[in-house]
Amino acid sequence: MNVSSLTIAFTLAWRNLWRNYRRTLIMLLAIGLGVWAMVFMTAMMRGMVDGMLKDGIRALPGHVQIHHPNYLDDPSVANSIAEPQGTLLDALNHPQVDAWAMRVKVPAVISSERETRGVMLLGVDAAAELNLSFDISHITQGQFLPSLTEEELAVDVQAQKAAKGIVIGVKLAQKLETRLGKRIVVMTQDIDNTIVDRGFRIVGLYQSDIPGFEEMYVYSDRRLIQSMVGLKGQVSEIAINGDGYRDNQALLSHIANASPADMKVESWRQVDAYLSAMLEMMDGFVLVWIVVIFLALSFGLMNTLIMAVFERVREIGLMQALGMRSSGVMRMILIESLLLLLLGLAAGNICSLLSIAAIQDGIDVTAVAEGMAMFGAKAVLYPVLQYSDMLLANVVVIVLGLLTSLYPAWRAAHYDPIVALNKH
Amino acid sequence: MIKVTCRKLRKTFVQGETQIKGLDDVSLSIEKGEFVCLSGPSGSGKTTLLNALGGLHTPDEGTIEIDGDVISQMGASELADLRLRRIGFVFQSYNLIPVLSAQENVEFVMQIQGVDSQERDQRAKAILKEVGLEGMETRLPAELSGGQQQRVAVARALVSEPALILADEPTANLDSATAENLMQLLENLNRKHQVTLVLATHDTRIMGFARRQIRMQDGKIISDEISSGSQHALRGGDPLTASHQEQDF
Repeated sequence: MNVSSLTIAFTLAWRNLWRNYRRTLIMLLAIGLGVWAMVFMTAMMRGMVDGMLKDGIRALPGHVQIHHPNYLDDPSVANSIAEPQGTLLDALNHPQVDAWAMRVKVPAVISSERETRGVMLLGVDAAAELNLSFDISHITQGQFLPSLTEEELAVDVQAQKAAKGIVIGVKLAQKLETRLGKRIVVMTQDIDNTIVDRGFRIVGLYQSDIPGFEEMYVYSDRRLIQSMVGLKGQVSEIAINGDGYRDNQALLSHIANASPADMKVESWRQVDAYLSAMLEMMDGFVLVWIVVIFLALSFGLMNTLIMAVFERVREIGLMQALGMRSSGVMRMILIESLLLLLLGLAAGNICSLLSIAAIQDGIDVTAVAEGMAMFGAKAVLYPVLQYSDMLLANVVVIVLGLLTSLYPAWRAAHYDPIVALNKH
Repeated sequence: MIKVTCRKLRKTFVQGETQIKGLDDVSLSIEKGEFVCLSGPSGSGKTTLLNALGGLHTPDEGTIEIDGDVISQMGASELADLRLRRIGFVFQSYNLIPVLSAQENVEFVMQIQGVDSQERDQRAKAILKEVGLEGMETRLPAELSGGQQQRVAVARALVSEPALILADEPTANLDSATAENLMQLLENLNRKHQVTLVLATHDTRIMGFARRQIRMQDGKIISDEISSGSQHALRGGDPLTASHQEQDF
């Protein structure tokens, strides 16, 4: 193969493409539409799942988490870690860390005067938790826990009352048949496995986009819970957020390097297997989605190329008679296919970028929001274009497109020149 | 120097249950610079012989040598290279590539050969001028008359200076005047470039342009003549050794 034979193959491929311009335009429309569907619909699905993941990760795990090495297997108070100090505290306050919070997290039983439920009791620092995970707009009645220092708490009686309160989910309140301002009792095991209980006044009710979250998690002051379960100076976990949830290796290393040996630093993927599986499923689904659309496209592509070859049997025979090798004929047909694919890809990519830009502020899916909520999705969807998805769509279309074109190209390359020249 | 030698060529085509002898024990030799006309009725085997010489048909038996290379034993790629570098074709129905201009059609073979663009341009323009198509370089085949298209095909066959040009019924679709012009052109090019020219036709008007005339029937050579000017001669004996003996028919 030399440059000039490649040039003539490109020239012929390009001009042949426009001999039947209607057919080429229809095929370009089909490829463009397919690519648009691949990229745009993937961005919408990504947006939906991304929202669910961000909410899920933000809600509790954080991007990176520090805990006792045995905590994930046995999340009891016995598997606690010391509150951060020294090098670890410095690492947590480093600019690489966006937000962090330490928590005491113990399984508990919550009782109103009518009902009893199993919950997860979270002892949190209000300011840190609001910064890291809790969205204050989710409070529907009352307030979140007060963000006060120990000195402020010592002198402020009202703050003391609020700090002794508890924030529970709206749905949990409904199940317990209780309401804001009422007292409930929380019962759990302390560090010595002794049953301890304590009365709390409900100071706030919250709602969550995450299914089941409202019924499971209740918030109270960390110091209060530490005192209740006998965990002075100890916490169950430290949750940390960095730039984003996808690539958190740098953050993980940064924290791991500063952590004592008796603490384990893990990514949210290890901490929350469900969310991790959801992301993996989404990545797999994107590939399946792209391939399925391509399969529909491939029939049209193959048909177009077979027709194009069939119409040019004599010319192909002539080229072979003049000395073009079979590989040259194949190259010419494959270049024609490549040009068709590249033009279709360009059209599809531009259209998908424009349509994603047009709805960058989100589209309201209230009409189906109830159904979406079942999956933890929000009523407003924001498209999330991942360039890796776009690249995947482009690579799939080019690679599978060329593979699909191999048959017509092979067929063209193996005509008997004499038979081809006598074809009418 | 002998350029083309065929020995005992046989080629049989099968159509249903019928076997048709395309070539039946054909032997001949063609010397460098000869202008040979293959004639005979339809089905006589002249096109089959032409295609066999061009490596488009592989004979069932026998050998074909071009400059000592046995082409009947070559693979598809070697045959493609042979056609590309040493053989020029002129077909009955022009057979130009419709999306390429006259000059691009002429340059086509050179492009596959890898000739650089400047040289291609010079050679294509020069040969188009020689065949009387100066100023028509950018025209597409559809914008040319039948005669002009066939001239482009001749220019394409000549431009890469092949050792052998094979022309199959080159005047079949042309009117008398255009056919005569084309044959004069081929005759002049044969004399000027000393290119070996083998032409298959059953058009009696143009047979006289060739100095050597081979008649075929039922896949066999039934006569092999050399004419000198208006004189016609029959060559007999062993076709491999008698190529320059002029005999009466």
